[in-house]
Amino acid sequence: MNERAASQDERVGRVILSARNVAKSFGNVQALKHVDFDIHYGQVTTLFGENGAGKSTLMKILSGVIRPSSGDILLEGEPVSFSSTTDAQRLGVSIIHQELSLAPNLSVRDNIFMGRELRGATGIDYAEEERQARRLMEELDEPIDPLTLVEDLRLGQQQIVEIARALSVNSRILIMDEPTSALSASEVEVLFRVIRDLKSRGVSIVYISHHLEEALLITDHAVVLRDGAMTAYARREDIDLEWIVRNMVGENFDLGSPPGGYAMGEVMLSLEGVSVPDATVPGRHVVDDLSLAVRAGEIVCIYGLMGAGRTELLESVAGRGEMSAGRVCLHGEDISRLSIAERIAKGLVLVPEDRQRDGLVQTMSVGENLSLASIGAFTKGLVTSRRRERHVVEASIENVHIKADGAEAAIGSLSGGNQQKVVIGKMLATRPQVVLLDEPSRGIDIGAKAEVFKLLSEGAAREGLAVVFSTSEVGECLSIAHRIVVMSRGRIAAEFGADASKEDIMAASGEAVVA
Amino acid sequence: MSNMNQTASSSRSQGGGRRFDVARMLLEGRAFFALIAIIVIFSLLSPVYFSTSNFLTMSSHVAIFGLLSLGMLLVILTGGIDLSVGSTLGLAGVFAGFLMQGVSFEVFGVVVYPPVWVVVVLTCGLGALVGAINGVLIAYFKVPAFVATLGLLYVARGVALLMTDGLTYNNLGGSEALGNTGFDWLGFNRLFGIPVGVLILAAVAIACLLLLSRTPFGRWVYSTGGNARAAELSGVPVKRVQVSVYVLSGICAAIAGLVLSSQLTSAGPTAGTTYELTAIAGVVIGGAALTGGRGNVRGTLLGAFVIGFLSDGLVIIGVSSYWQTVFTGAVIILAVLLNSIQYSGRKNSKPASDGKPTSPQPEGASERSPATGSTTGKAGAQS
Repeated sequence: MNERAASQDERVGRVILSARNVAKSFGNVQALKHVDFDIHYGQVTTLFGENGAGKSTLMKILSGVIRPSSGDILLEGEPVSFSSTTDAQRLGVSIIHQELSLAPNLSVRDNIFMGRELRGATGIDYAEEERQARRLMEELDEPIDPLTLVEDLRLGQQQIVEIARALSVNSRILIMDEPTSALSASEVEVLFRVIRDLKSRGVSIVYISHHLEEALLITDHAVVLRDGAMTAYARREDIDLEWIVRNMVGENFDLGSPPGGYAMGEVMLSLEGVSVPDATVPGRHVVDDLSLAVRAGEIVCIYGLMGAGRTELLESVAGRGEMSAGRVCLHGEDISRLSIAERIAKGLVLVPEDRQRDGLVQTMSVGENLSLASIGAFTKGLVTSRRRERHVVEASIENVHIKADGAEAAIGSLSGGNQQKVVIGKMLATRPQVVLLDEPSRGIDIGAKAEVFKLLSEGAAREGLAVVFSTSEVGECLSIAHRIVVMSRGRIAAEFGADASKEDIMAASGEAVVA
Repeated sequence: MSNMNQTASSSRSQGGGRRFDVARMLLEGRAFFALIAIIVIFSLLSPVYFSTSNFLTMSSHVAIFGLLSLGMLLVILTGGIDLSVGSTLGLAGVFAGFLMQGVSFEVFGVVVYPPVWVVVVLTCGLGALVGAINGVLIAYFKVPAFVATLGLLYVARGVALLMTDGLTYNNLGGSEALGNTGFDWLGFNRLFGIPVGVLILAAVAIACLLLLSRTPFGRWVYSTGGNARAAELSGVPVKRVQVSVYVLSGICAAIAGLVLSSQLTSAGPTAGTTYELTAIAGVVIGGAALTGGRGNVRGTLLGAFVIGFLSDGLVIIGVSSYWQTVFTGAVIILAVLLNSIQYSGRKNSKPASDGKPTSPQPEGASERSPATGSTTGKAGAQS
């Protein structure tokens, strides 16, 4: 017994799975550029990096979800090739995605054995499944009854069920993609206890998180990715928060500076004690008693981690989500009870986060998408004036610098950046006074990003637009925004001027340090 | 840089495939070519098929399906489905018949014989009411369109049977003395040698065409079916659009009911049974996507004519009605097959070199999704 423990100790820290010179490209976009990455036996390796840095791509390659364009994966020194997740699982590599893949209508037991049910003499051997599930839960020290329905569990417990499922296939390597983003502080504590327990049993863990301080508590190794390349590696004892931030952000492309040289107008948009209930957890609020005022000509950036409540805030201000308390005032007028269409007519528009799902109608042309929100403006009586519509569409294409094969082009033929400009152009065509943009830079390249920001800062400077945009990349806060509002857990955690430092902003967004 | 790419790719697609363009033209105009093929084949098989009088007769049959299909097109464009139109047609005919027999108010001891135009207006109102119930159930109470309209299919049919006790109103001619003659004019008579029913179909088709292509409402219909979430965030009154298309579909069904009972000069409670399926088939053959957002009036009309001319042709050459059913079904499946080829072809012919729109986003977009597999699948299906 002692001998075994000793031999286990010896193995701790050895490289078990490694990626060598791994690259992956999607079309023209190179998501990963020749990355070397090691996973150590019985230890936690954390991947740091901004959105789009390539973290998830690398993890998907290591877990068999996608194949690399080039490069090797070595398992204990032997080259392996995962053609699917089941392939990877057979060799002991499991991934737990940020959005859990459990069936809420089934019990914990059924979820753990989903897809590989244990056969008995008369169909599924439920008793044996239940016994094994119970044992797994005991090992994880979580008192969850295997017969409970998953939908009745808290999110943190559901995560434990995912871990149990991974363990039930004897995973030696467990990849966790942002496991804490939706957890409460006490649930994070439970998760960390489970992770330490797994480590002591020789399970290697890869951890991805935007909560830097939290990740530092649990990790043994730190790897930083930026723009698809590995920029830094260090052992935990050699680094601090500042080291991570420095390596994550790097030198940024110039995204512009706050427009100046004019006086800001009166308050255009004011939020007073806005609360938005959590659709999944009754009693919890994703936006919690939040107040904010934005002046004409002012650009406000809302920074926050995933799950901080940015999207919910912006959507409820635009009239999409349901507010449980508070008021939204536009130019002093309470618009809390108006529909989305009425708010647009009053001059408040939202450019949604997910342009494929919420922004574009794929079956319509570029021109039809551009005129969709403003079509009432060039309609006389019942009939749309085609001449005026063409005029508006052409002006939009010109103003927002859309590169397209004319207004008739299919929306899908445009690049991501140009698609985003169509969504922005569509909303600007309604001649708004307040523009809300939810992660306007998501999934578009750096050049398009700079163009979008230039557009917004010109709008604020020339037309006195009040602009509110959200981002999860700290580099973007320090671009055109006059004011940076940091959101955390549905509340404003801090406010900064344009001269704030990246470290301050990131620290303010982090969760309370779990002891 | 990207400008150059675009010119390069567009010149490539222009120069690259003249042969492909012929195939493309055949594919896109398939309903039209199918109609030509049907006319040619049946003209060869039967000497009576190719004649003006036969075309006019067949067209007046097509008018019924065409009216239903146009209403159905509006609904399908928003991504819905209306299974109740056949029953609404039957109910409308019976209701019109009921009004033509005279409505007795026992309290006053009088029997009112409304003139034909009042009958027409009231019947259309009834169709609108059925549609409104459908629409409100679907838009505001979130009942799936399939289920809501299936329910109304039963209810409307049941009401029609109750109103007549299962019998048929035969005497729809009205009488000079009561001032309610002229009901037969709707379907039976001809104007400039063309059956009035066909003229009504043409008028409704033009109205739908203008509605869809020239009004904001038309754009709202397409955007609701293409992406309801995006439409709503763009200020489109999605719920009102949904209710409106079912109301319009109900009115179309009521008009079809009036034309049919006028053609037959009788109104039976079982008229129009399974017509909703023929109407859907017409829309689908016309190239509309059942997922919404794609389709047009021209295609739908062609689709209705394909079905009508095919089934009448089969009758004329004496094919058994059992075989007719088999043929009609085969044509529908073929049409849908071609639809999926067309839409997947459109996806592939997009400049894939551009990469970004169709390929999964490297990280930003897929970071929140549970598995890349499903992300890719969705992205593919969307475009």
